[in-house]
Amino acid sequence: MDREWAVRRAGTGRGRYARRVGNATELHVVTGKGGTGKTTVAAALAMSLAGRGRRVLLCEVEGRQGIAQLFDVPPLPYAERKIAVGPGGGEVYALAIDPEAALLEYLQMFYRLGRAGKALDRFGIIDFATTIAPGVRDVLLTGKVYEVARRRDGGRFAYDAIVMDAPPTGRITRFLNVNSELAGLAKVGPIKRQAESIMTMMRARSTHVHLVTVLEEMPVTETIDGIAELKAEKLPVGHVVVNLIRPALLSAESRSALESDTVGAEAVGQALESVGLPGAAAGGLIDGGRAALRREDLEREQREVLGGSGRPVIELPRLPGGIDLGALYELAGQLEDMR
Amino acid sequence: MSRERPRVVIDDSSRDGRIDIDALLADRGTEIIVCCGSGGVGKTTTSAALALRAAEQGRTVCVLTIDPARRLAQAMGLTELDNTPRPVAGVHSRTKGSGGSLDAMMLDMKRTFDEVVERHASPEKAQQILQNPFYIALSSSFAGTQEYMAMEKLGQLHAESVAGAGGAEKRYDLIVVDTPPSRSALDFLDAPERLSSLLDGRFLKLLLMPAKGPARLLSAGLGLVTGALNKVLGAQFLTDLQTFIAAFDTLFGGFRQRAEATYSLLQARETRFVVVAAPEPAAMREASYFVERLAGEQMPLAGLVVNRVHTDADDGITAAAAETGATRLRTSRSPAGPITADLLAVRADRLAVAGRERHQRRAFASAHPSVPTVAVPALPSDVHDLDGLRQIGDLLAGQPVGSRT
Repeated sequence: MDREWAVRRAGTGRGRYARRVGNATELHVVTGKGGTGKTTVAAALAMSLAGRGRRVLLCEVEGRQGIAQLFDVPPLPYAERKIAVGPGGGEVYALAIDPEAALLEYLQMFYRLGRAGKALDRFGIIDFATTIAPGVRDVLLTGKVYEVARRRDGGRFAYDAIVMDAPPTGRITRFLNVNSELAGLAKVGPIKRQAESIMTMMRARSTHVHLVTVLEEMPVTETIDGIAELKAEKLPVGHVVVNLIRPALLSAESRSALESDTVGAEAVGQALESVGLPGAAAGGLIDGGRAALRREDLEREQREVLGGSGRPVIELPRLPGGIDLGALYELAGQLEDMR
Repeated sequence: MSRERPRVVIDDSSRDGRIDIDALLADRGTEIIVCCGSGGVGKTTTSAALALRAAEQGRTVCVLTIDPARRLAQAMGLTELDNTPRPVAGVHSRTKGSGGSLDAMMLDMKRTFDEVVERHASPEKAQQILQNPFYIALSSSFAGTQEYMAMEKLGQLHAESVAGAGGAEKRYDLIVVDTPPSRSALDFLDAPERLSSLLDGRFLKLLLMPAKGPARLLSAGLGLVTGALNKVLGAQFLTDLQTFIAAFDTLFGGFRQRAEATYSLLQARETRFVVVAAPEPAAMREASYFVERLAGEQMPLAGLVVNRVHTDADDGITAAAAETGATRLRTSRSPAGPITADLLAVRADRLAVAGRERHQRRAFASAHPSVPTVAVPALPSDVHDLDGLRQIGDLLAGQPVGSRT
């Protein structure tokens, strides 16, 4: 991919760096089964994409304040805030998209409904639209992402890339596709046009839907199903990110000894005693080794399943100390292939 | 700023800070168990294991699942999503003649919604509603409907009765609900409330007005609003919506009543919540949030199930000793040196995992000392059959696996 880095532009606040000149802002949608660490991967990807002179927006859409918890900052408002600096020196902004605020902003921006906007609120329409009417919420959330992706700042795009911490795999296709439902409902008018433009963005080459998983059966099955569903709706599938990989601790020799059951408790006991550990622990250690062998075998099977998904696979380690800012930099370094 | 913390409502089926699962299942006063928690913590497996255990202890059980893993669904005989409880084959009563049974069903939200419409509207009107584009979108593809319909189905199943020896009796004396994988694990709690507020909303009344009343009733404000809506949505959109709402109008009363009834059912004495988590920060945080929310809503909590817990072996080898031993054995000439080093590395890794998890669980326990908890050890593979579910059931009840009482 060719990149044009513009020089630092004299100017104010948000427009301090010029953006890459391109056809579109890249959109990275990060989904995954609950518990696989999709928020962590989304944050690490945002940092990885924030190369020198670049600006990346990391946004969440589920009101969980997962980004704030990850970066250990107060809850994010409905405003783009700088939250970190990428390893390459670029800027990472964060935004928690709130459907209610998005609706009011939308009405204001496109229809200048100052007074009528307030009237809508008085009649409970804002409430209706954002919390009760199913689906409208998703329309507003994706609509806001669309607005940010198209926003220009001094002739260039405001952001080089947007990373969305998206709903889980089970709901992602419906979420990204919500505008095509809407385009079918609204026969004419600006809503239809807007819904169609959003679907065009979702299906564009600059959009990538990444799926985060762990090497366990259920999340892997969901990932494979998720890829098929996304493809069926012509939504562009990006990488499969296998998160929380545990190191393989058994050498090939140890594996075959455990497999063929030729490990003698006596010999292990002697080895233990030679370094001052209780020989009686040998049996328990061998049992533990067998369990680890089974687990590694299961993981290998799942890895093969993912290998057959037809999508590039990236693995991220389980970091022993948990996730903090340092860990995010470390993971970001390993996501360079996703740029 | 100090906020008064809501009191956690704990039922009495606990002993020594541990949920007494068997007492909970045996208590005929428990008619509904709702399993809730964030995604990926094993809610479906926990629900199925609780349901199977209760059935094998003599209760007439239905487990309502939302989206089970394929192989678990197959194990329970759920080959298709047809919205009807199906008997699970291979359920064995632990005590002879106690006559327990287990039915399982997978929720089909569109089917559930359609049935509600068909039941409460005239055939003509039902047809009109079922074909309206808004209804189709609302009932099949929009987020949020699943929660409404899960609660609707729960209400239906709970109200179902069959002819029994002493007149009509309940078809199921226990229903175990696996909550939907929502945006937030709490969405289903809000579903009935949201539906009620939709029906009470002035917006709907306002949209109905032009269809019902003379135009002169339109206030200047309303004209402004419908004007704005037409501008934003296109006139056809609003017309379709009005048609939909007008057609739906007759159903609203019934919907609201049942939504409210379901909500109070969740607060009732016969309902117990089981919060499910895994020993990881995000899942435990969600569990904490859930416990507080249930307390705030005065919903009875049975306790917390922590799945996939790694326990440490107790043979006197600490993580540090295992690591040092492994390093030394890598260079030793002892014949079993290399493999023993690997085995010690496995142990050190496992102890580290167990330590982190213990920390998570302790943090929860100190924040919620009154919540009884049970830890279910991690199994080497996923559960795909009834024996696997029985094994989980034994672990939930704190009994040695395979024991039959």
